[in-house]
Amino acid sequence: MFEPAQQNGSPRIGFYVCHCGHNIAGKVDVTAVAQAVARFPGVVLSRDYKYMCSDPGQQMIMDDIREQKLDRVVVASCSPLLHEHTFRTAVARGGLNAFHFQMVNIRENVSWVHDDPADATEKAVDLARAAVRRVRLHRALEQKKVPITPAVLIVGGGIAGIHAALTLASAGKKVYLVEKEPTIGGHMAKFDKTFPTLDCAACILTPKMSAVRSHPNITLWTYSEVTKVEGFVGRYRVTVKRKPRYVIEELCVGCLECIEACVFKEGKFYDEFNQGLGKRKPVYIPFPQATPQLVLIDPEQCIEFKSGKCKKTCAEKCDRDAIDFKQTERIEQIEVGAVIVATGFQTVPSEKVPFYGYGRMPNVFTALEVERLVNASGPTGGQVVTREGKAPKAVGIIHCVGSRDEKTNRWCSRVCCMYSLKLAHLIKEHTGAEVFNFYTDMRTAGKGYEEFFYKVMDDGVHFIRGRVAEVSDWAFTPDEEGKLVIRVEDTLIGRVRRVPVDMVVLATGLEPGPDSQQIRRLFNMSCSSEGFFLERHPKLAPVDTFTDGVYIAGACQSPKDIPDTVAQAGAAAAQVLALIDAGSKELEPNTAYIVEEECSGCKSCIALCPYTAISFDAARKKALLNEALCKGCGTCVASCPSGSIRQNLFQDDEIFSEIEGLLTPVT
Amino acid sequence: MSAHVAAREGAAPRAEWKPRVVAFFCNWCTYTAADLAGVSRLKHSPHFRIIRVMCSGRVDPQFVMDAFARGADAVLIGGCHPGDCHYMEGNYNCLRRFHLLQRMLGQMGIEKERFRLEWISASEGERVKTVVNSLVEDVVRLGPLALPGRLREWDREIDHLEAAVSERHEEATSHAR
Repeated sequence: MFEPAQQNGSPRIGFYVCHCGHNIAGKVDVTAVAQAVARFPGVVLSRDYKYMCSDPGQQMIMDDIREQKLDRVVVASCSPLLHEHTFRTAVARGGLNAFHFQMVNIRENVSWVHDDPADATEKAVDLARAAVRRVRLHRALEQKKVPITPAVLIVGGGIAGIHAALTLASAGKKVYLVEKEPTIGGHMAKFDKTFPTLDCAACILTPKMSAVRSHPNITLWTYSEVTKVEGFVGRYRVTVKRKPRYVIEELCVGCLECIEACVFKEGKFYDEFNQGLGKRKPVYIPFPQATPQLVLIDPEQCIEFKSGKCKKTCAEKCDRDAIDFKQTERIEQIEVGAVIVATGFQTVPSEKVPFYGYGRMPNVFTALEVERLVNASGPTGGQVVTREGKAPKAVGIIHCVGSRDEKTNRWCSRVCCMYSLKLAHLIKEHTGAEVFNFYTDMRTAGKGYEEFFYKVMDDGVHFIRGRVAEVSDWAFTPDEEGKLVIRVEDTLIGRVRRVPVDMVVLATGLEPGPDSQQIRRLFNMSCSSEGFFLERHPKLAPVDTFTDGVYIAGACQSPKDIPDTVAQAGAAAAQVLALIDAGSKELEPNTAYIVEEECSGCKSCIALCPYTAISFDAARKKALLNEALCKGCGTCVASCPSGSIRQNLFQDDEIFSEIEGLLTPVT
Repeated sequence: MSAHVAAREGAAPRAEWKPRVVAFFCNWCTYTAADLAGVSRLKHSPHFRIIRVMCSGRVDPQFVMDAFARGADAVLIGGCHPGDCHYMEGNYNCLRRFHLLQRMLGQMGIEKERFRLEWISASEGERVKTVVNSLVEDVVRLGPLALPGRLREWDREIDHLEAAVSERHEEATSHAR
């Protein structure tokens, strides 16, 4: 039933079992494994070695191939997802076809998850037997190379997307930067200062924003969303929806006179950029330094859209006729070789922590709101004031809101300690108020961070160690009248304290953005359990994903501060450059193919292929498989009643021999 | 139970019976989750063996039958959650086959607990542990399947029947003569 595997007489299999230091050898009796495998048919050599992936380990394989005339190699070590490529390369350098190799996972699948050494060793031997049986049938395969289109899509125009875009563009690559908001800049654009240096966020960000706008290699599409991604590494076909601004981009010069002329004399609507602390008109620009410097109209609010009876003073005022109430959304199609996803985060919604009274008590603020308050270009011109407009005399900053808590999110959001210190410093500087920080642990790991912590302590900011139980406006004593009372157990003195303040700041943590699940599906990525995008390897491939040609950067991967985000964005850009400059990428040869003589023309495979790689040749009554479109899932192979569809690397006989090997009794 | 063990000729006699579960895990979600279980050092039952395939849609029903016929006490298929398949819809195709196959196996006397399909995403290392442990627990409760022995018994029965039929046929034809 199956094609004979390519065999020249009896196979000569070399087997290697890795100690991985104590990682494997601490649980699996590697010597016993090597001895057991030495007796399997076809195995001519069976060794154990401390670190197979190291240079001497690889050299051993290469030497053995030459000296012992091995024609198949099996390595029992870690997960193939980690080192399959390493060993395939070694096998190829030794002179064999890279696919005359099979890997056995006895670390992640055995030594790390099983307690009993006897069980672990038995399992390792079973898995090795399956691999030895399988590898005998392995065919020599060639890897196809796909060319890489020298263009990149970057999704998300925060500091990560901006930095990656500029890096790639200055290396001469074509960049499409897509941002869903009307301006780039992301969260960083809302900040006044950045820790620990207290340099002005706008002064370091806005020049980069304008560089993006003016760079000839960057196409910037704001107020736009990626709606569809097809293709594969080297050639992704991406559809981008550009929402209508109702302002013609090519004509608008950002003079903002239309805003002035709007029939609304005052701002009336929730100003997203200022977290609702300010009001804006239906025709607006998110903030003065917005990039691109273009206004837009919110059709939900504009009278012309609601009633059609507006005087349209904005359009009258515009001497360039840039306002176009009839504008519709535009669909753009682009082709790129690689993608960087840098879609950022959202702060934990305050509704998740109702006991801190946000929304119920007006002077409970989120940290982002306070970022806007302290910002010179913010709604209060940099004055930190309560909702009544008064300067606070005492301010409490509650750390770990929605972080490190089983009720909300279990992870540490990494940036809140530092931004709380920054806000404490700025609030004190702006108002002279007493500032109390209620912290769980101070986490100030980073260059200059601990020093900054000491500086803020020297400023006279108070630190109380304890998780705040609740914020209430229920006064027990006269000095608590009209104040917000923070109730907390001070764990350093072992007492419950009540601290009356005029303003409470919630240091809300970071969590995956609201549309992260859609984005994940769009680019075929995985998420870690918190919902942040999953990197290919936490240490060795921190910006790669499991989808070739798709990279991640910034807080969409995990909470991180600006320095780490920029570093990661640079890393992602470097990976893309390596991909593009290599010119081509070798694909895993696990595609399917049809043995035509055996195809009965039943067509059952055709409907199963999600990539329409299979078509029907009506004249010859045979199914035809386009290997360029096949992604190698093998679903058609499993469904073919005549067994005429095969899959490279996962042939039926290879899998059957694996099953047989696993279930053959130990003798 | 001891009769079962004796009947289980597919395996060489061991001091004690240990369940044998064959698991087909898809490369992108469940295999990655098993790796994560390893990295997180989540200890679980050693009585299962993973075969990696690219997609749960690649699992040919014959693989499952073959595993049972060769002495597996249970078979587990692990794939991506609905809507999350790396290949868009391979897991749905697997699901369809799974239901058909489970019914067929039931008619052969294979309890439905012995054949499971689970959706385990790349982040659910913990779930690999709980699924494997619960499956092994089920198998321990049910005891060995010992299908190789049973198949041989059935073969013998059929041989007997066939022999009897052909004897009668011969008798009948000799009478007619």
